[in-house]
Amino acid sequence: MTITAAENRAYDYDDLPALMARMTGDEKHGPAATSTLDVLWVLYDRVLRVTPRGRDDPGRDRFLLSKGHGPMAYYAVLAAKGFLPVDWLPGFGSYDSPLGHHPDRVLVPGAEIGSGSLGHGLPIAVGTALGLRARGLHDPAVWVLTGDAELDEGSNHEAIAFAGPAGLERLHTVVIDNSSARHALPGGIAARFQAAGWSASTVDGRDHEALYAAFTAPHPGRPHVVVARVEPKNA
Amino acid sequence: MDTMRDRFAPVVSRMLDEDDRIAVVLAEIGADGFREAGRRHPDRVINVGIREQLLVGAAAGLALTGLRPVVHTFASFLVERPFEQVKLDLGHQDVGAVLVSAAASFDWPSGGHTHMAPGDVALLDTLDGWTVHVPGHPDEAETLLHHAVTGDDKVYVRLSVQSNRQGRVIDGKRFLTVREGLRGVVVAVGPMLDAVLAATEGLDVTVLYATTVRPFDTAGLRRATRAAGTDVVLVEPYLAGTSAGEVNRALSDIPHRVLGLGVARRELRRYGTVEEHVAAHGLEARGLRERIGRFVDTGRPVTV
Repeated sequence: MTITAAENRAYDYDDLPALMARMTGDEKHGPAATSTLDVLWVLYDRVLRVTPRGRDDPGRDRFLLSKGHGPMAYYAVLAAKGFLPVDWLPGFGSYDSPLGHHPDRVLVPGAEIGSGSLGHGLPIAVGTALGLRARGLHDPAVWVLTGDAELDEGSNHEAIAFAGPAGLERLHTVVIDNSSARHALPGGIAARFQAAGWSASTVDGRDHEALYAAFTAPHPGRPHVVVARVEPKNA
Repeated sequence: MDTMRDRFAPVVSRMLDEDDRIAVVLAEIGADGFREAGRRHPDRVINVGIREQLLVGAAAGLALTGLRPVVHTFASFLVERPFEQVKLDLGHQDVGAVLVSAAASFDWPSGGHTHMAPGDVALLDTLDGWTVHVPGHPDEAETLLHHAVTGDDKVYVRLSVQSNRQGRVIDGKRFLTVREGLRGVVVAVGPMLDAVLAATEGLDVTVLYATTVRPFDTAGLRRATRAAGTDVVLVEPYLAGTSAGEVNRALSDIPHRVLGLGVARRELRRYGTVEEHVAAHGLEARGLRERIGRFVDTGRPVTV
């Protein structure tokens, strides 16, 4: 496949709503569709060391979208950063399009995993961090994005409880907290991770500087979680 | 005689020494056997604790970084409990792993139904692209483990305490012709061979020995039916009839009959010994003889 369209021009954060509109036809998107948008943008724009040309480089940073539901913001950011052609966006969800309502890593350039069924990304990210360590690649960071309600799935807690004691320093989780969990974690999301030995910070999920600071905070010897609070889904 | 599982840790420990692509992933069960190897290769012997969803998910992550994960626990906790992880984290992510199970259908009968997995191979049959090895002897287990770690595909190795008296030379692909006859073909899978040979003594049937059941050796079965006719009996150490569909596909253009023998679906709710369970499912020589004899007697073999 050729990836040229996006490489011919630079896209910025302000272009993302228009890119998403190519998928949905809507000029304005509600908070639910964009809950991940700012986190994704700050990660891909300023934090992750991965490029379209280097997307198979063993030393790249990995970003695993575990919450595969509502991937328009993800596709828009990947298109803006040149991983996939902008002209793929209008086909979103159609039979001939590689862009489904849940992403498939085999079809989407730059997607590290396919997701859709909740609670799979964090365990795979744990394995990825272990694998990089075993291969002597101590530099690449592994990032996984989950939703707050996704943490209902027990598989996440298997991963959270293991990663802390295992000292997976290169593992990072960002939890998009739009208050959608039916039964919110008592004491808050960060406390759950901290109890398992993670470093944690909770920030405004729309504030790019706060996100960047939380994403780049040092956390020697421990995995790190950033809880990014956004507008409640059902507000 | 030692068991297949006795061979597993020493064999894979040597693989860890020789190939830095290999990583072992455990969920507590079997961890003792890898203590030494874990000291030599702390980053490639991983025990996630009693967490089977993480066991398979982490294996997928390891595979995504280019390692070859060898994942081990009891069959019920390797294939059944984390089945969606097997389906999605390996299959859908398009990565491979070697899943090596122990305890099989009823290796620990006094442990009861929770530790029995006669449905493991049938469950994997709902997925695409799995190679399934069912060794019938510790030597064969060793050979098949070596086949399994080569490559990047999805491989299941089903270890059991049930064993034939002697190992045979197997190639990790094809069925072996052990006996030739004219009145039917009996496919004996893994540890069922000794009982099948005793049961079919003097019956004039061909006996094929299968230690790799997926992909199914369609060509080998068809070849055997040329002389022996198309009455086919499967004797499998897991759920009865698991491979009946494979036989039907192999012979879809020829009139044929299939009898699928194996472990019954009905939950026994019995403890006891392996031998007692073998007998309860009619898989000892006498029970097999009766059912195979009746089947070939009523058949009208069609020669191809």
